Amino acid sequence: MNAFKTWFHKLGSPPFFYEFAGYLRPWLWVGTVVFAIAGLIGGLLLAPPDYQQGDAYRIIFIHVPSAWMSLFIYGVMAISGLVALVWRIKLAEIIAMESAPIGAAFTFITLVTGSLWGKPMWGTYWTWDARLTSELVLLFIYLGIIGLYHAFENERQGARAAAFLIIVGVVNLPIVHYSVVWWNTLHQGTTVRIFAPSSISLSMLWPILAMMIATKLYYGVSLLGRARIAVLERERGKDWVRQIVTEGTKNA
Amino acid sequence: MTSPSLFSGFLAILQRDLLLAWRRRGDAAMPVLYAMIVAILFPFALGPDHQLLARVSGGIVLVTVLLAMLLALDNLFRSDLEDGVLAQMVLAPQSLSFLMAARILAYWLVTACPLLIAGPILGYMLGLPAQAQPVLFLALVLSSALLALLGSMLAALTAGTRRSGMLLSLMLLPLIVPVVIFAAGAVSAVEQGLPWIAPLAWLSATLALTLVLAPVACATALRITLDA
Repeated sequence: MNAFKTWFHKLGSPPFFYEFAGYLRPWLWVGTVVFAIAGLIGGLLLAPPDYQQGDAYRIIFIHVPSAWMSLFIYGVMAISGLVALVWRIKLAEIIAMESAPIGAAFTFITLVTGSLWGKPMWGTYWTWDARLTSELVLLFIYLGIIGLYHAFENERQGARAAAFLIIVGVVNLPIVHYSVVWWNTLHQGTTVRIFAPSSISLSMLWPILAMMIATKLYYGVSLLGRARIAVLERERGKDWVRQIVTEGTKNA
Repeated sequence: MTSPSLFSGFLAILQRDLLLAWRRRGDAAMPVLYAMIVAILFPFALGPDHQLLARVSGGIVLVTVLLAMLLALDNLFRSDLEDGVLAQMVLAPQSLSFLMAARILAYWLVTACPLLIAGPILGYMLGLPAQAQPVLFLALVLSSALLALLGSMLAALTAGTRRSGMLLSLMLLPLIVPVVIFAAGAVSAVEQGLPWIAPLAWLSATLALTLVLAPVACATALRITLDA
């Protein structure tokens, strides 16, 4: 336990994090590719067509994992934003800020795939339904956070202001999640449950879960890559960064 | 030496802000003019169809008034940050959140009150049914107060940045969407003869909660901006 604690504290130091993230990334890449291939084969080739929607439902294997990620990343940002505000840990700021564009991208994918799915099923690309609207609002929250972060000249001040905005925006998370329960909407309710039997066939469930793992791992890959660059940028005056840069130019 | 009380600090800030607004009366008229211009353009864009205008008038007035309030929001803290008044407020013996509450109250009085008078007139011009007028007024009071509280928190966050007008609207949109939904819901409910008290009760409950939390959040945001 003690060793883990020391390791965790060490992870907060930029040079250690830079190195560790560099080691971890290739493994996450491998996991992403394996799970994505398994999920796509399972979803696009092996799973049977839906009795009502035919083959059109197969967009679910992109849509649902992206939608989960749009909320999950916001959760990660809220926690690291809180850590950044309370303990002023530089790395927590970087994690929160570098997650935002990835989260915005997943939210955008969710909206686009959802509207492509909506056209054949509901007869319209867009409707002012509670879940669609709250997901759109989530996209605007992400954009506001990114905009606020970049509006400051001082990165650390910008990160702390944006972290504050993240925490204010947390109110939207339960609204997105429970919108299909609270309001009578066009969007279907939950079919995949953790604590109760899912009302989805197993042949369709496992590709979704594989894609869910793939998107989570991809988030890890993307976040660590972005965070490594951000760490270098912020620590540009430090010796260890100069060492990496000079070694890099020597090898090249 | 006795330190001045909490309430005297609150009153001093309120008095100062109202006096400053009174000295620059022309600025306070700008949001009203803006709201009138936008609302007057709608009948030209939609055509003078009475039934159509009557149906959308409540929503138009609501959105116009809230957008007009945004005009004054960007400068809420900017000049005080530049000449160092905000730094003095942070150093003051009174709690910063109380001083912020006074500032927000002054902002609401100066910006929202003229709009609250103009709103029902614009509603009448657009053909809002007479029985909906009191509900629209109530919805305007509640939603403008909510916008003042939420908006000033975000204005405090962006005060330290160079240009924040568009950014402020982008950040405010997600927070103000539920307010607009409930306020417009009350107006359209009364137009259809349905009970309208529930959405207004929701708004009032949110206002009570925001009234307590927003000044504290505003003070926190200001400390981040000042890096204090």
